[in-house]
Amino acid sequence: MTDWIGRSAQRLGGKERVNGAQKYVGDIRMEGMLHAKMVALNCGHARIVSVDTTGARAVPGVLCILTAHDLPQPVPRFGPTAQDRPVMAVGETKFFGEPVAAVAAETEDAAREAAARVRVVHEKLPGVYTVDHALDPASPLVQDPSLRPKDPLRATNILEELSYGWGDVTSAHADAVFDNVYTFPMVTHFAIEPHVFIAAPEDGGVKVWSPIQHPFILQRTIADCLGLPLAKVRIIAPDSGGAFGGKGYPKFEPLVAFLALATGRPVRLALTLEETFQAGRRMATRVRVRSGFQKDGRIVFQDIQADCLIGAYADIGLRVVEKASYTACGPYRVPHARIHSRALLSHTTPSTAFRGFGVPQMSWAVESQMDEAALGLGMDRVAIRLANLASRGEEFIKGDLPCDGDWRESLQKAAAAIGWGTPLPKGRGRGIALGLKISATYAASYCIVRLHYDGSASLLTGTTDMGQGARTVFAQIVAQELGVPVDRVTVVMGDTAVVPYDTSTSASRSTVIMGSAVLRACGDVKEQVLKLAAELANVPEAEVSFENGIVRSAKGQASLPTLLRDYYGTTRGEVIGVGSFLKRKTPGHPLAGKTVFYELSCSAAEVVVDEETGMATISRYVTVCDVGKALNPQHVEMQDSGAAVMGLGHSLMEHIVLDEDGQIVNLGALDYRIPTIKDIPAVMESFTVENGDGPGPYGAKGVGEGGLLATAAAVGSAVREAIGTPIRDLPLTPERIWQAIQERGAGRPPVGKQARA
Amino acid sequence: MDQDAITITLSVNGVSRSLRVQASHTLLKVLRDQLGLTGTKECCSMGECGACTVLVNGRAVNSCLMLAAEADGCEITTIEGLAVDSRLTALQESFLAEGAVQCGFCIPGMVMSAQYLLDHNAHPTEEEIKEGLAGNLCRCAGYSRIIEAVRAASSGVGASTGVAAPSKDAGR
Repeated sequence: MTDWIGRSAQRLGGKERVNGAQKYVGDIRMEGMLHAKMVALNCGHARIVSVDTTGARAVPGVLCILTAHDLPQPVPRFGPTAQDRPVMAVGETKFFGEPVAAVAAETEDAAREAAARVRVVHEKLPGVYTVDHALDPASPLVQDPSLRPKDPLRATNILEELSYGWGDVTSAHADAVFDNVYTFPMVTHFAIEPHVFIAAPEDGGVKVWSPIQHPFILQRTIADCLGLPLAKVRIIAPDSGGAFGGKGYPKFEPLVAFLALATGRPVRLALTLEETFQAGRRMATRVRVRSGFQKDGRIVFQDIQADCLIGAYADIGLRVVEKASYTACGPYRVPHARIHSRALLSHTTPSTAFRGFGVPQMSWAVESQMDEAALGLGMDRVAIRLANLASRGEEFIKGDLPCDGDWRESLQKAAAAIGWGTPLPKGRGRGIALGLKISATYAASYCIVRLHYDGSASLLTGTTDMGQGARTVFAQIVAQELGVPVDRVTVVMGDTAVVPYDTSTSASRSTVIMGSAVLRACGDVKEQVLKLAAELANVPEAEVSFENGIVRSAKGQASLPTLLRDYYGTTRGEVIGVGSFLKRKTPGHPLAGKTVFYELSCSAAEVVVDEETGMATISRYVTVCDVGKALNPQHVEMQDSGAAVMGLGHSLMEHIVLDEDGQIVNLGALDYRIPTIKDIPAVMESFTVENGDGPGPYGAKGVGEGGLLATAAAVGSAVREAIGTPIRDLPLTPERIWQAIQERGAGRPPVGKQARA
Repeated sequence: MDQDAITITLSVNGVSRSLRVQASHTLLKVLRDQLGLTGTKECCSMGECGACTVLVNGRAVNSCLMLAAEADGCEITTIEGLAVDSRLTALQESFLAEGAVQCGFCIPGMVMSAQYLLDHNAHPTEEEIKEGLAGNLCRCAGYSRIIEAVRAASSGVGASTGVAAPSKDAGR
């Protein structure tokens, strides 16, 4: 039997990715296509006095210039959690890069030229750019209070205040209490493919091309903004050139759709890399944690206050704050928990989903506190984690899915691989940290498997492939279930007129959730094949079996193509199987439902710090992810090591810097550093824990985000051991480390212990 | 095309072309928009990410930093020009086999930089591979499989010369 599961099948579409044939949105050209350019201001907050388009209209080739006045009134607003974001700025701009006008012209050059000639008379206003600004009652309000008239917080910059917890933190007795504040700055996704959007009028509606991760969310956004039925909005979402959450939710697609309808022609908007920095980012956080411990290292309480700077509009930011706060205590047994979070509006780029969905920010704080406690109590950093880690079946988050893995195994595996407890030369340090993330809490994922007349198969699914490999893994499931080789399976994605609904491609959900739907669709095909075979052989269905693509009965056996040919003859036909995974929202649950599974990872780092320069170099890095079952081990490893390097970026070098007017001063590839090939650790390893205990096909859990959940805390811990003093603000740049070394003083404090693993 | 247009003649993937191009247009824009060779990608437009890497007279160049007019008389090789009769090169095969490709957007530039490296140093060391690809950003992969892919493509052809490849030219 050919076993397609647990095998590193080559990426579907791989050949096209190495020979240049792959068509990303930006590679699509069509007859009569116009080019758009947005007009924005050089500040975070300004009142728009007037917009003069006279000079712009004089540029040859300009066909259309839209301002908010040209849109339906009131200007349509959209957003996945709150419908607060206007298609274009209304009255004032609320973040650097928010479009005030948009031009459509025959050429990109003309569009750029005309955009530069749009004169926006404006008055710069004081802005809200930091957590402190947002909490200061004297600061201007980012959002118009009339957008949430019934909200008691409407006259503040707090968009939402959340509380989770259990037990009684106030009266709980702890032997030792550690109280610290940790910050995590804004960082940007920096997918190598900048966003490109195209819209064209079609069939009494509109067709939109976007590298969007969630085409069905875009479909309903466009339908709502334009007042169209879903059936008249067709989204084409070609495989993207990297997304990481940054292409999850609609950005400028509604604006491009209005331009297309206004001109009656296809309109293309290609963002520059600089503009992608202004299109989405990771939320910045300031997290204060008071942690109470017993002398033996057991956690008594966690008291967490998280202030999250989400930006000018909610986007999916509210959900990020909710989900990350909900699991802020990590994978530990915490008898008393109090988590209080605030989602803060600011005159900055709207934050959005970004790999890890808020967990890297929380784990930076809470995992660093575990080290703090280990140091304070004279314990080993691995031992203190082992003493508190939830055991399988334990309801460590009250009222939610119990611990669904052997999480100690991940920690121990990482500790062994990094050489925990072995001697280190001076100037080096090791760190280890755990990350825990919940996955989807609700889902509606449908798919169709068509078994063609010749025995090949097509899968139609609303999931998207942004490089994570969903296409390949789904094909492997079809191949396994129907006995059809992977190269005879086609996976159709990214066209809402063709593929059935999927909630989203997010939260490391697709292998588990859509994968289960694919498994069920294949089961549906198999049942029908058995019926055909029984009818053909004139035997009861119970006497027919189907395995590895071969149908057997007392009267003989036949391959799928033979069976289908014999049954359908020259009439031809096909077998169509349907599968779904439906988990409706649970009323009353704080996140609308229990998680489908937990994504748990352990990261361990060894660093060398140059005390002269403050430069931290990662000499060894280990990632362990509990994946249940790796359906494609190579793809899993690629996701985990890719996530790890992305995590090293936000740990060591990445941060968006604003000036006093709210402009991003390090826009673009020159001034914003992401890891290059020369920045990767000298030794980098990634391991899996596979106990077949996931809810997905063949025991799989989701993967893809795990590798960066705890990177910052692991690196921070290693740097702390190397220099003997903690740093609680990211990124750990040479300047910051050097500064910490200078302030460390003569009396070098003790470092965290390492017992032999 | 207006008065700023000029005529250039160049060879692209072995085919001689005569084109009217805007004086201000980059080689990248002309390859993608006038010749339809969209395999070469655009990201940062300032020579930092390497997604637009092509070979100009055999040297790796960020095509976003080179004006099309400057390519007059040059021989250009793009990602579309590597495979012969749609058969992938050993280097391209290695990228697939080693799992170096995820979203794929940086890969054309990555492959072209690696091709240039191997053209000048058939057996690069790991450090030489890193140096050769230092101008190509990838956000999906951990880079290590890309290094493995280049190493695999270079293996089995003899011993390393130990001579470092010339570093990639920034503009031309």
